[in-house]
Amino acid sequence: MATQQTRSLARFMMAPSVVLLFVWMIVPLAFTLWFSFQQYNPLNPIRDGFVGFSNYALFYSNPAFLQSILNTLILVGSVLLITVIGGILLALLIDQPMWGQGIVRILVISPFFVMPPVAALVWKNMIMHPQYGVFADIARFFGGQPIDWFGQYPMLAIIIIVAWQWLPFATLILLTSLQSLDGEQKEAAEMDGAGFISRFIYLTLPHMSRAITVVLLIQTIFLLSVYAEILVTTNGGPGYASTNLPFLVYQKALLEFKIGQASAGGIIAVILANIVAFFAMRAVGRNLDK
Amino acid sequence: MARAVSTQHKTIATAAAWIVALLIFFPILYTIITSFKSEQEAIQGFNLFPSGTTESYTAVEAQSGYFKFFLNSVFLSVGSTILALLVAIPAAWSMAFSPGKWTKDILMWMLSTKMMPAVAVLFPIYLIFRDTGLLDSRIGLMVMLMLINLPIVVWMLYTYFREIPGEILEAARMDGASLWNEIVYVLTPMAVPGIASTMLLNIILAWNEAFWTIRLTTTEAAPLTAFISSFSSPQGLFWAKLSAASTLAIAPILIMGWFSQKQLVRGLTFGAVK
Repeated sequence: MATQQTRSLARFMMAPSVVLLFVWMIVPLAFTLWFSFQQYNPLNPIRDGFVGFSNYALFYSNPAFLQSILNTLILVGSVLLITVIGGILLALLIDQPMWGQGIVRILVISPFFVMPPVAALVWKNMIMHPQYGVFADIARFFGGQPIDWFGQYPMLAIIIIVAWQWLPFATLILLTSLQSLDGEQKEAAEMDGAGFISRFIYLTLPHMSRAITVVLLIQTIFLLSVYAEILVTTNGGPGYASTNLPFLVYQKALLEFKIGQASAGGIIAVILANIVAFFAMRAVGRNLDK
Repeated sequence: MARAVSTQHKTIATAAAWIVALLIFFPILYTIITSFKSEQEAIQGFNLFPSGTTESYTAVEAQSGYFKFFLNSVFLSVGSTILALLVAIPAAWSMAFSPGKWTKDILMWMLSTKMMPAVAVLFPIYLIFRDTGLLDSRIGLMVMLMLINLPIVVWMLYTYFREIPGEILEAARMDGASLWNEIVYVLTPMAVPGIASTMLLNIILAWNEAFWTIRLTTTEAAPLTAFISSFSSPQGLFWAKLSAASTLAIAPILIMGWFSQKQLVRGLTFGAVK
């Protein structure tokens, strides 16, 4: 059906998107790669020049770099664990027949629409504040000592906040998948005497596996670049206790102007993301073929 | 008997679901409640019943000029969305209706750009913005947000356009419709719902974007994300004011979000879960 003319028209219609994205992705990334092999400090340009891999070597020798990579992985891993398991349980619960299901759905999905700085500041001040927060009120009510969340357990506090933001997303996706499960299949399994547990393991879970994969991958993409939540709560501290890779890159680049090191960090972030992307593309790509 | 069990089951499920849902919603609810307290009330321990004062709302506007940030947020999210649609509609259209050998690869490549971490290009972008005078400008940030969300917009539109049956086009052609008539009278009406859904989701994403909006602005172009972040180093009592500012910042998007649950699933999973 497609003639030569419509083909070239199609190419012409696609061009703006492709060119814009290409320029936006390749040009800055090339800059970053270039900077990552340079000593470059706008405030102190005397020693600027090519330094080979020494910016990357810092990631092995400098504890701040290692810690930031570790923190990134801990944050991504814990939030994934909490949101996927919590999301499955919540989706199963909401899928039950009940009164006011629509409102329950709306309440559960809401945190996802809260912008990151608001989510983080509300948790920091209203919920986790060691003096005025709700957790402190609860602790005092039971005669306990309020916990200084961001001083003592900064990573845990950030994990809780980020998990609160992403649990709704996981729940919504998994619930959507759950509701597309064929009712007849479920009934047939029930008739055959399959209990709740075995129905879940042999019918529901395999049906949801694709949705779970998608949740894992998409959340990983976003969780690898958590930034605002750290900026407004701990600012990466105490020390580097809650600094993740994006936050460290920001600190090095815009606060300390150590552009070479920051760029090396950026490139490592790209490599991390690419490992994830490789699996993500395969999962989404399979969907295109069907 | 079966009926009784099912009612009991339903009651338990209802109670459990409502308790969990209210716990999850609690931080938002408590923020809204606190926004109607005075600063003194806000720090006097747990209290679900505010005095109902609106002084925090007036204070937020009077002391920090809230409305300017709000307008920036509206301008940036709506502007970047319209810009993205203008660029993406032709692309998605051609990919859906006359797919070529490379269509799938181009789509996958677009998706891959979304996976590039923002920090990897932070400094080059910062330099480019600084040297072209785009730092803290609404136009610069609008283009930035457009580029960030462009892959999602193309993908979402593509999945919607792909569902428009090609036979309808052929039928229209058989009846002698010109290409222009085909687009205006046949395709556009069928594409509008998909475009509207895409727009809705993209406005939400742009409104809540909290990396570039904070780093590339200072005062003039700063939207609500940057404004709220300035509360991270507070002076004096500010719980009620923070709550009022937060409530205002999330309310419009929360309401839009409630109406876009389906589109959200589809858009954020790139069509993999519907």
